[in-house]
Amino acid sequence: MSRHAHLRTFLVVGALTFSALGACAATPAASAATLPSASIYHLSTPLTDQNGKQFTLQDRRGRPMLVSMFYTSCQFVCPLLVDTLRETEAKLTPAERERLSILMVSFDPEHDTVGVLKATAEQRGLDSAHWVLARTDAGNVRKLAAVLGVQYRALANGEFNHTTSLILIDSAGRIVGRTARMGDADPSFVKQVKATLQSDPQ
Amino acid sequence: MLSRRGSRLDRSRQRWLAAFAGALIFASGAQAVEYVRIPAGTFSSVLASDATPGPVAYRAFDMRTHPVTQGEFQAFVIANPQWRRDRISRTFADAGYLQNWRSALVLASDQADRQPVVSVSWFAAQAFCEGEGARLPTWSEWELAAAADVSRRDAREDPAWRARILSWYARPATQALPSVAGSPNFYGVGDLHGLIWEWVDDFSALLVNPDSRSAEDGDKLQFCGAGAINLQQRENYAVLMRIALLSSLNASDSTSTLGFRCVRPIH
Repeated sequence: MSRHAHLRTFLVVGALTFSALGACAATPAASAATLPSASIYHLSTPLTDQNGKQFTLQDRRGRPMLVSMFYTSCQFVCPLLVDTLRETEAKLTPAERERLSILMVSFDPEHDTVGVLKATAEQRGLDSAHWVLARTDAGNVRKLAAVLGVQYRALANGEFNHTTSLILIDSAGRIVGRTARMGDADPSFVKQVKATLQSDPQ
Repeated sequence: MLSRRGSRLDRSRQRWLAAFAGALIFASGAQAVEYVRIPAGTFSSVLASDATPGPVAYRAFDMRTHPVTQGEFQAFVIANPQWRRDRISRTFADAGYLQNWRSALVLASDQADRQPVVSVSWFAAQAFCEGEGARLPTWSEWELAAAADVSRRDAREDPAWRARILSWYARPATQALPSVAGSPNFYGVGDLHGLIWEWVDDFSALLVNPDSRSAEDGDKLQFCGAGAINLQQRENYAVLMRIALLSSLNASDSTSTLGFRCVRPIH
């Protein structure tokens, strides 16, 4: 691209050019070269867990995990989601459980503060060594949901319509399995979890 | 690494760009990016949730007067090379992304400059809007702005207006896209109909299972949230077609008639 062409482009956009520089920070991709093209770790979502600890999605790299999205004020499906994750975990050996982490990210940053996430984790007796309940800002919720293939929409009454699924991520960030079965452990999904843990070298 | 590229631009280049951008805001005049205010009010969407039937109150927001052009998107890609079609991760865009350009940084023709950008994924559109301190409109915001004609805030009851919109759907998709500049509507927003389809922020969840609360069927359990979505105003199928199209997409998809515009929430 010649300098001349650059100039012409900038003429068209004016103010945009300047602000577009700021977009670099907001856009994804860290050490993209070493990641598979279809890795969720191209997204550098900033997250805060139930203990107020800040981390990024990429910090989870190197270890398989189960991810799901939820919001704490949901009365019906979301409690079921925790039960389903527990049931799924229960099908694993202690060694397998040790290597699998669980990440639940809220759709509802406005209401799901760190304090609310903490209260939920305590109320449900979730071990914070394995279970991370996390929040991020609305813009990053949208992108994370899109990358995970989770559909959601904020309703006028403050609730969310959303699909609920458990998503299995391998250590490189590829989505290798998912299930929408809630209430008990999905046997074929459990099989996928075990296979992924086995094939993923530590 | 790529995400830090912006901050690593050497200082002289940054200064050059800043000075230049400043000068260009002045020089580019009518070509500057324009947003107009959509004032607060109430609106009945074709997608109504049973939790809140009837008109829903919405906050004021600013909307781009025209869809993002190819020239504007070209500038974005130059400034943010991780969004080049030859560098983009498949997580964020499919193989069709910007395939209508001559090369990674060059448009198909000089005329393409003022044509709306198409063949962009939701992720790319969202990233572009963030660069303007904006985001994609929600479906409700887009629908609200698109319900106006030249003189009325809500022209949807007018059969002639509906017929005009529908006539666009009959235009062969093989024709080259016209430039942006469609006649502004009541709010001063143009090209909402008759030019391209447009991404919206919440495209993926417009049509979800109507009743998430019946527990008998395992499939139904996957939808949470008390609001069931129903289609209202069934005769307004020009708008319903948009919803059907958007609902069929993934966030990494790109199609040759799908572009976008941005909105800025008012804080």
